[in-house]
Amino acid sequence: MRELVSLLNVFCLLSLLAVGGGSAVLPQMEHETVTVHGWVSANDFATIYSLGQMAPGPNMTMVGLIGYKAAGVAGMLVVLLAFYLPSSFLTYAASHVWDSFQNNPWRNSIQKGMAPITIGLMLAGVHAVGKTASYNPHHSLHFNLITCGVGLAVTAILFAKHINPALLILAGGAVGWFFLRGI
Amino acid sequence: MNSPTPAALFAAFFRIGITSFGGGLVAYLRDEIVTEKKWMTPDEFLAALEIGQTLPGLNSVNVAIIAGRRLAGPAGAVAAATGLIIPGAVLLVVLGLLYIRFHKNPDVAAALAGISAAAVGLLLQVTLKIGAKQFLNPLDLGFVLLTFALVGLFHVSLPVVLFLIAPIAIILRRPRSAGGQP
Repeated sequence: MRELVSLLNVFCLLSLLAVGGGSAVLPQMEHETVTVHGWVSANDFATIYSLGQMAPGPNMTMVGLIGYKAAGVAGMLVVLLAFYLPSSFLTYAASHVWDSFQNNPWRNSIQKGMAPITIGLMLAGVHAVGKTASYNPHHSLHFNLITCGVGLAVTAILFAKHINPALLILAGGAVGWFFLRGI
Repeated sequence: MNSPTPAALFAAFFRIGITSFGGGLVAYLRDEIVTEKKWMTPDEFLAALEIGQTLPGLNSVNVAIIAGRRLAGPAGAVAAATGLIIPGAVLLVVLGLLYIRFHKNPDVAAALAGISAAAVGLLLQVTLKIGAKQFLNPLDLGFVLLTFALVGLFHVSLPVVLFLIAPIAIILRRPRSAGGQP
């Protein structure tokens, strides 16, 4: 029960802090769920995040799996509700009054001012997942060269070609299975 | 403009929720709501997207809430959001159970390591792409790096960072003309 309340607290706060989309809270989520509460290992977190990128629908539904690992089915439901409801209520309420703000010049200032902060948070999200998945000191140099190589290859391919990212992530799985077994 | 029932909204968003592999959800939403069903005009959709992006939460879920409310009231908002989320959540339960059952298998572990490595590449590309403008502007780049360092390296709590930095960033971008208020 205490675990469920902690999950509720952490994910409600993350919901309201997700400025500019879900990726912005990734570093804070990693810190809370791995370091502070120990609900999942760093490795679990990186894997759960990447599974979420392969599934259809909103890419942060993977938070449910963190809840599942922490407290079973009840944990999963609590986390999904806690992560989606607060921001949804806020959006619902705000869309009522939005029209009166539409021509307010500060709205543009908020969007322009928040944009670099969102990008900084997303970059911290890359680091939060990457320090386990790409440049992990517990793995050999050989292993890290392959994981970094796969990541950078995905980045480069996505800039060069319009291709479904889910396919690239599956391809990454094939490369990993072939090159990373036993090292 | 014809207005759909909550059930029709649920069906439409469920279809997006089950077919939208690989992200880019907002484009799927636009295709369905504006192009296919003609429930909203392009301008109405853009307005909904602007609200969805400014407020906290996932852009796609926020757009579903706003569109659902406009088209069928509170029940419409619930129908649209749950339709969008449920299919992926069910698939993730299956993937998650498989992961918990098999993650010690060396073949599975190696494949998952490759999958995670690729997912980092995807997130990096998305960050660089949508942040291209910010990375090239010295003032914005300063805020990008400051936020990254505080949250990513020094683990300063996100509420604290937002509370300290966001007001400064917004005030530096304040409206230029004082008489902008209509």
